Amino acid sequence: MTEGSLLYLDGVSVSFDGFRALNELSLVLEPGEMRAVIGPNGAGKTTMMDVITGKTRPDTGRVVFGADTDLTKLDEPAIAALGIGRKFQKPTVFEPLSVWDNLLLALAGDRRPRFSLWARETAEERRRIEGILETTCLTEHRARRAADLSHGQKQWLEIGMLLAQEPRLLLVDEPVAGMTDAETAQTAELLREINRTRSVVVVEHDMEFVRALGVKVTVLHEGSVLSEGAIDHVSADPRVIEVYLGR
Amino acid sequence: MRGSAITLAAVLGGAALLAVLNLATGPASSVHVSSFVIGLTGKYLCYAILALAVDLVWGYAGILTLGHAAFFALGGYAMGMYLMREIGARGVYANARIPDFMVFLGWKELPWYWHGFSHFPVALIAAMVVPAILAGVFGWLAFRSRVSGVYLSIITQALTYALMLAFFRNEMGFGGNNGMTDFKDILGLPIGRDSTTVGLMLVTALVLAGAYVASRALVGSRYGKVLVAVRDAESRTRFLGYRPEHYKLVVWVFSAVLAGIAGALYVPQVGIINPSEFAPANSIEAVIWVAVGGRGTLSGAILGAVLVNLGKTWLTGALPEIWLFALGGLFIFVTLFLPRGLIGLLPRRRRAGPIAEESPAAASAAREATG
Amino acid sequence: MPGQAQGVSAVRHGAGRGRCPWPVLILLLLLALAPRAMAAGHPFADLGATNSDVVARGVRELAVSGNARAPAVIAALKAGKLFAWRWPVANAPLFIRTDAGFVDARTGAAVATAPMPVNLRAVIMSDSVRGAIETAAGVLDLHAASAAVREKAAEALFQAADPGSLKLIETALAAEKNGSVARVLREARAAALLKSANAPIPARLAAIDLLAARGDLPARNVLASLQGEPPVVATAAKAAITGINRQLQMWDLVEDLYYGISLGAVLLLAATGLAITFGVMGVINMAHGEMVMIGAYTTFVVQQAITAFAPALTQFGLLFAVPAAFVVAGVLGIVIERTMIRFLYGRPLETLLATWGLSLVLQQAVRSIFGPTNQDVSSPDWMSGFVKLGGLTLTVNRLWIILFAGLVLAALMAALRWGGLGRSIRAVTQNRRMAAAMGIRTPWIDALTFGLGSGIAGMAGVALSQIDNVSPNLGQNYIIDSFIVVVVGGVGNLWGTLFGALILGVVDKFVEPLTGAVLGKIVVLVFLILFIQRRPRGLFPLKGRAVEA
Repeated sequence: MTEGSLLYLDGVSVSFDGFRALNELSLVLEPGEMRAVIGPNGAGKTTMMDVITGKTRPDTGRVVFGADTDLTKLDEPAIAALGIGRKFQKPTVFEPLSVWDNLLLALAGDRRPRFSLWARETAEERRRIEGILETTCLTEHRARRAADLSHGQKQWLEIGMLLAQEPRLLLVDEPVAGMTDAETAQTAELLREINRTRSVVVVEHDMEFVRALGVKVTVLHEGSVLSEGAIDHVSADPRVIEVYLGR
Repeated sequence: MRGSAITLAAVLGGAALLAVLNLATGPASSVHVSSFVIGLTGKYLCYAILALAVDLVWGYAGILTLGHAAFFALGGYAMGMYLMREIGARGVYANARIPDFMVFLGWKELPWYWHGFSHFPVALIAAMVVPAILAGVFGWLAFRSRVSGVYLSIITQALTYALMLAFFRNEMGFGGNNGMTDFKDILGLPIGRDSTTVGLMLVTALVLAGAYVASRALVGSRYGKVLVAVRDAESRTRFLGYRPEHYKLVVWVFSAVLAGIAGALYVPQVGIINPSEFAPANSIEAVIWVAVGGRGTLSGAILGAVLVNLGKTWLTGALPEIWLFALGGLFIFVTLFLPRGLIGLLPRRRRAGPIAEESPAAASAAREATG
Repeated sequence: MPGQAQGVSAVRHGAGRGRCPWPVLILLLLLALAPRAMAAGHPFADLGATNSDVVARGVRELAVSGNARAPAVIAALKAGKLFAWRWPVANAPLFIRTDAGFVDARTGAAVATAPMPVNLRAVIMSDSVRGAIETAAGVLDLHAASAAVREKAAEALFQAADPGSLKLIETALAAEKNGSVARVLREARAAALLKSANAPIPARLAAIDLLAARGDLPARNVLASLQGEPPVVATAAKAAITGINRQLQMWDLVEDLYYGISLGAVLLLAATGLAITFGVMGVINMAHGEMVMIGAYTTFVVQQAITAFAPALTQFGLLFAVPAAFVVAGVLGIVIERTMIRFLYGRPLETLLATWGLSLVLQQAVRSIFGPTNQDVSSPDWMSGFVKLGGLTLTVNRLWIILFAGLVLAALMAALRWGGLGRSIRAVTQNRRMAAAMGIRTPWIDALTFGLGSGIAGMAGVALSQIDNVSPNLGQNYIIDSFIVVVVGGVGNLWGTLFGALILGVVDKFVEPLTGAVLGKIVVLVFLILFIQRRPRGLFPLKGRAVEA
């Protein structure tokens, strides 16, 4: 069943001080798929992202990327280099740097100091940055400091940085939190656009947004998968209703 | 760029002017600058190099070092060893084979690690390589295990403290308590003669200018941008695929080398090196120079080092009781009321450096965009 | 004779093997030694002799005679004020010259008509007489009223291990009622016996056993000084020395451990306050050491005030100093928090620099007020002296400090656990916004928490004033160690602080003799650097997501 899958979480458990954040979590993601992960607070969504990106090591279980790369053996930069990008819940951009420089640092390429010490901007790099600025509607803000952007613009800049990384898999944590309705719709559009070429995992609270994405949904509860399927399927699942609405 | 030009002009022009006023005028002249002032200036310039080194790691990489005195002192000791060998048979014991303090300890042979130090280039290389190796090993261990923040500060302090205790020991073969002094000449030029003093000061000014240009290139490069990114959002850079520990290590070692060079220039100008140079308090004083001038701005570091030391020279002479009050007060005042230092007070356009609201990175981006 | 018999049976008991009829042999031995003494004349008569050996014998005889006049007569002899009748007559009189005239040495009664100087001569003085006087002084102490003085005299005799004093020891032992004094006397007898040339082998072996049982350094010295012994005795002595060495090593180990723990207690005191400000609040206070220093100076001021205004309370000055130091340092802490620290929350590096500056200001302020030299803080009587415990000699003040450190930690834990302020502190550190929403004034709690940590540092200063120099630099000596303790123990964990302090104290004490004090310090620092690499969050880290925040 894992054949040809892009990402395969196999019985992953993580606990902090006796609290089980993830409990035998298993999940399969196909190449090119976009998946929405929902769940109440404390369901383990963020911990799952932490495990995939190497921030947290699981107590047990495997995380297989592509054919046979075990991510639990690697650290964050190594996993990023494999082509997994992550957008945080709180927009995290490099505030003192300009929008342009943020994207420049994110562009796929040699990450070693010995390269960056002597690196000069190439025409190719410029072209790619221009393209991303276009996609994320930040062209006219290119020279501004990231710190001076609005909240929504920072979210887009971060998505732009992910694009610049040219990842095979994108993990997006609550991309529309704090956005206006218009921005939310734009973001959904942007994610679909991205999904044309890459796999995406979106963690979200906003059911309307998830519905708007129209993709397969995984419901997490207490660290394991509660239900999986189309949005209409899971929202009709009595266990999901119980978890969300209480008894 | 204009800020850099002003800084370079101030350092080189000021040093040249003082040199001319010392050499070309007689003591009777109203514009004569005494050799004492020249020596003092040379000392301040050494401190300015040290301040640059501290600013690179603290201002641009967010590593609050409380141990840079260690690298400074190691550089100083390397130069001190050369100067001791230069004394030759002119010491009190007239022993050409080993320095006086070793005769005093009853040693017969030169320890192995003293060999080669009668050659100036060896000492010069050691003044850079020894701090680099220490910084490399220490930084590799510390950054790899993600020690950061105040923990890192405290272990850098422990590092220099441990070295100070070690250098106090006679068995180390570096002169114990008394360290090394009574130097006679450097490269054949008698130490203490006016022309030597002026020459050393000018060399220091040139080295400072070179260090400034190199540091500016470093922080202005793509590497420097990553460094600032690491400083402000280390884990984010990891998810982008950068290895912060490698980035920190490069600037850390470079900074240690700068500090070592500063120490090597310092010793012939003050005529003594002893273990008290390792004192943690010295490291912290260097940090306050940077804070006063403006953390994260290279010219601020130079300015701060010179101004604070001018104040120190004046106060310890005029009102010695007050100096510690003033220094302590300065720490508190700057951190509470002047977080961006004196440079931060300048009109915005002139400011450089990413701690201030406008960063060199942003400025360069602006140029890219408009140009 | 019953006392002697008791002594003999005790020796047998000490030997504890019953290989030979010891009592009989020893009795024989004593009888063999006895005739010389028996043949002597009356001690007072001997003092008038013209042969210095006879005089010396007289002094010894007098000392053990139990005669009430013996101390006065021997003291007079030592002072050169004892005079004998110049002419050899039976029962010749003996005089002591006093300022008022002459008294009869035998009775102490004043002499009605002063003897003609021509009839008198000073009692002969020679090295042998002087030696006898020295021994006699000790022997006289053997008959003193205080058991402590008697024990000390017996101990001196033991260490002298002089065969000549065997007789004196026997006499004293016969009269001794106090068990522990008698024990020391038996040991002294064994030592003297070993040194006398003609004691039989079984008696020597018994004596060696007794010394081995004593097992301390003087006993080893006596055994080590034996020479030319028959092989069986030499072997026994060697075995006894090995045994004693082993025992001494063990006591050394225990003693090192004790000193390690006592150093740990000092570190614990200094670090407990830091565990609050740094560990719980996350404020890195480089002026913490200066709070300790101010506590020590408060002790000094309180002591001066009590000496000036209420000298009767001098012994209890420290009891007043503890609350005073807590209040002074605590209030100062609150002031510092309100005027400085609170503007720097969330900026640890800036806090570090500002508080470092503060430490410079406080040091210089104290230096300006009290001067740069050490202030003399005296210890009350109940805190001085030693306690002997087996082979250990423990200083009382260290014991008090261990106790005090334990009390402070326990009180603090109890206060945090059950106290109203403690509950608020925990609430604020765990979830500041929730605590604020529940009506806790978080800024005040911050100030009070910082005050609490500083106050505890002040109390540490009271303890340190008892064992360290009270100078403006006092705090500097403890600040790095305190941080090490908190870091090693794991930030925010008081049990960790306790373990960190004890581990550091003990490691320090054990490493020090191996490498010397300075190198020991370096070793500990290097250890720390490596330790932080391995365990960046200490021995007892807090886990979970809260740590990342």
